[in-house]
Amino acid sequence: MNIPLMLQHVEVMSTRANHGIDPHMHIWGWEIPVYLFLGGLAAGLIVLGAVASLRNRTEQDAAQANLAPLFVLPVLAIGMTALFLDLSYKVHVFRFYTAFKVTSPMSWGSWILLFVGAGAVFSAAAALLRHPGTRDSALAKMGIVKWAAAFADKHRVVLARFNIGFGLALGIYTGILLSGFSARPFWNSGILGPLFLVSGASTAAALLALLTKDHNEHTSLIRLDLALVGTELVLLGLWIIGLLTHGAPTKEAASLILGGAYTAPFWGLVVIAGLLVPATLEIQALRKRWVETPIAPILVLLGGLALRFVMVSAGQAVGF
Amino acid sequence: MSKSATYGMAVDIRRCVGCSACVLACKTENNVPDGYARRWVTQITEGRFPDLTMKVWSDCCQHCTDAPCVQSCPTGASHHEDIFDTVQVDADLCTGCKACIASCPYSARFVRPEGYVDKCTLCTHRLGAGETTACANVCPTSAIVVGDLSDPESEISQLLRARHHSVQKPEAGTQPRFFLVE
Repeated sequence: MNIPLMLQHVEVMSTRANHGIDPHMHIWGWEIPVYLFLGGLAAGLIVLGAVASLRNRTEQDAAQANLAPLFVLPVLAIGMTALFLDLSYKVHVFRFYTAFKVTSPMSWGSWILLFVGAGAVFSAAAALLRHPGTRDSALAKMGIVKWAAAFADKHRVVLARFNIGFGLALGIYTGILLSGFSARPFWNSGILGPLFLVSGASTAAALLALLTKDHNEHTSLIRLDLALVGTELVLLGLWIIGLLTHGAPTKEAASLILGGAYTAPFWGLVVIAGLLVPATLEIQALRKRWVETPIAPILVLLGGLALRFVMVSAGQAVGF
Repeated sequence: MSKSATYGMAVDIRRCVGCSACVLACKTENNVPDGYARRWVTQITEGRFPDLTMKVWSDCCQHCTDAPCVQSCPTGASHHEDIFDTVQVDADLCTGCKACIASCPYSARFVRPEGYVDKCTLCTHRLGAGETTACANVCPTSAIVVGDLSDPESEISQLLRARHHSVQKPEAGTQPRFFLVE
């Protein structure tokens, strides 16, 4: 009897039951999404701070020029701590810096973080001496901080360009880290690089919109965030189209967010609560129809975090 | 650097009975910790009763030529060694970042309780001593054949020339050196 192929049953059994591998891969917990979120946030803060510095708008865009560089180092430190906590052989963490592997996105990321950190130190020193709330602090009076600030001021344009370059590289890297795994169809899309960069920049704009006390800067940051949220929605759409059109493994991966286990978190937390609702609030506030509240930027930040959690978790659920 | 040999493995699925002797031999030979396996038995049943077909074979790391684990490793811990050209993990370089695990289409790797990543070594310590792998040595039906793919006179080369064979997940593009002989 000939049975149509689609009605045939295929059962795969294996005696393998390795922890973290079977029945499906689960090697990364909360640490990696937190690291990717904070890495993207730091990248956005670096770029926005550097653009304000390059445009010589340290007075008009005070939050971008002064607060952003001050936030970068703590954000990076927390993110890298999360990354360190994820390593299962922590005493060998230094091994990231005894090699450079051109084919390994993680190796690129390690070295990019080193350069990003160096640029962030000089920018933070300059901002520390500029910001009215910190310029009289004990830290700002230290000789080495003054020297770093003077160096940053002297090479303002070069430093800003350096920070923009490495900030963009860091933002893209947070997506490429996942998309480089060809064995994981949910991640294996080049769109993840720009998607995570835009999402990171959006969360940075949202954070600065929460922090700024200047109405004009707040309005320009909300406008920027709105543009970034719109771009992120387009990139998410393109990513889903890619999943649905690249063959059986990616279609199976797409089913995770199209009726599968991650449908509610993806559409509910990432798309609706993290993008569409804040975009609506921001549009109405810009049109002066609704009152401006901190709800929209807070939702953007939480949506950015939710995006990383859904991506990292769902991507491990399906293999090639 | 040119390699002196290119070792691979073939499993004759007409001979393999899925007895798991190879799994236990591997665990014993290589001190694989409890709850983990470098080697396992895969069984695929297709069709609808009573028209069923079944394939069973002993499975492990595919020692790919274009190994994604080697490419994704940030420290060089995952590498092709120079003598048999097999894929190995250098525990002294491994950070436990798990990039190699995420990149492996065959899910052949795991993190040992000590923290570093582990997988099949193709028993290079035995190959170096002129012996075959522990799994091939213990196989009661001689289903597992290990040898130099670059030597046309080796048993594995002759087997692959004589019999129809395939690799798992060829679409992954990793050029596995683990063959299923049918």
